Amino acid sequence: MLIDHPLLGPRDASEFIYMGDAKLLNRPNWKSQNSKTKFLDYGYLRKNPAGVHKELWYHEQGDRSWLLVTRNTVTHEILKVELARDTKGK
Amino acid sequence: MKYSGFKVLWEGLKGNTGWKPLWRNPDPKKNYDIIIVGGGGHGLATAYYLAEKFKITNIAVVEKGWLGSGNIGRNTTIIRSNYLLPQNQPFYEFSLKLWENLEQELNYNSMVSQRGVLNIFHSDSQRDAFVRRGNAMLMSGADASLLGVDALKKLVPFLDFQNSRFPIKGALWQPRGGTVRHDAVAWGYAKEADSRGVDIIENCETTNFLIKNGRCYGVETTKGVIKSKKVGVCVAGSSSQVMGKIGINLPIESHVLQAFVSEGLKPVIPGVITFGAGHFYVSQSNKGGLVFGGDIDGYNSYAQRGNLPVIEDVCEGGVALMPMIGRARLLRTWGGIMDMSMDGSPIIDKTKIRNLYFNGGWCYGGFKATPASGFCYAHLLATDKPYNDAKDFLFNRFERGRLIDEKGQGNQPNLH
Repeated sequence: MLIDHPLLGPRDASEFIYMGDAKLLNRPNWKSQNSKTKFLDYGYLRKNPAGVHKELWYHEQGDRSWLLVTRNTVTHEILKVELARDTKGK
Repeated sequence: MKYSGFKVLWEGLKGNTGWKPLWRNPDPKKNYDIIIVGGGGHGLATAYYLAEKFKITNIAVVEKGWLGSGNIGRNTTIIRSNYLLPQNQPFYEFSLKLWENLEQELNYNSMVSQRGVLNIFHSDSQRDAFVRRGNAMLMSGADASLLGVDALKKLVPFLDFQNSRFPIKGALWQPRGGTVRHDAVAWGYAKEADSRGVDIIENCETTNFLIKNGRCYGVETTKGVIKSKKVGVCVAGSSSQVMGKIGINLPIESHVLQAFVSEGLKPVIPGVITFGAGHFYVSQSNKGGLVFGGDIDGYNSYAQRGNLPVIEDVCEGGVALMPMIGRARLLRTWGGIMDMSMDGSPIIDKTKIRNLYFNGGWCYGGFKATPASGFCYAHLLATDKPYNDAKDFLFNRFERGRLIDEKGQGNQPNLH
């Protein structure tokens, strides 16, 4: 797979470390109500879709940026690549 | 149908005209006591043990494709019980004991071949870890011994003992480990379940569950509605898809694992060998092909095919361990979808929906677990209580912080 890095252009996926579902960007507030349930969901439960999946890739063998990649898990087609820092909180 | 040496001879004389299909091809009835969703190794084993040990025979196994079309037909066929943790090791030893008696019990030649499993180590600290693991194995009643370089050289003289980066220091040896003809496991369980009255319904996809007041009372399928008192889901890589139909998120990611087979070679590899410095394991099939594998690709996938970097990595591991295979040609590669759980260990448990049960999260270790998984799931379905050797494989271990994490990697499925 080639990941079209927003700053560096197309890079081989093997330069990256895969960190899974992009829900990890939205860490629950530990002071919120039901924070125990929210952290169980955050830490362990995944939608794991067959189809479009938003996920985090870390460019360890490159510029060490975190990318938010939208990819189809059935075809391995990469639909969109963004810098995670540009999307946080959106 | 009973198999025997005499029957083989007799059929040979009759031109093999007397063999019959191993299972019927029934239409689904309207009602069952138990429906098993997923006709793979684990689902068929569950149906068999329900019928044989728990005397429940009004069962349907519904399978989306053809019988055994998933991971039971895609794995690298290794059986072993060389785990470390007390929640895991007795379960896998129970499984190995069931394997040892499987052919007699099913009257079916699944070619259980206990040629031994070697885990090679390359450093002092790795040796210490394997000593600890070997002791854990012995405590569960399994067999294990530590081999030094001299003993290892007698068994497998072709390894690269003097490798300058990863010199071989010895191995953990489980003589009772080995390989099994994987498809025959599915066929054998199907034959014996069917002969006890279990309906195996192929090409019948489960499209939804029938749920009322928090209770499950059947499934909707592409062959119509089928009702039952209990439903057991057992669908490996499709777990999240199936449970997602009723909004249950699982502690599971689906990943692709590739497997490989070389062209047929003369007998050279005596048992199963695993590389301690990279991820590579190999055995030789009865047809002569080297059957090997390594890491999962590492990203969520339902594609049943992987990518080239992992093929390169696995082959590099193989050549580093045994340079002699460098000129063997790769014949085939394929991929299967693994239900990678958050701690690398499986789940056999009830769900929050009453009468709906779940078995999954086997990561890429599900094949060796097939008999015990079927037995323990059957126990849970029949009695509503977990079987003792599987009593820790519960959903709530994640919220209770009681993870069963063999490698200590944390909640990162692609590292298990």
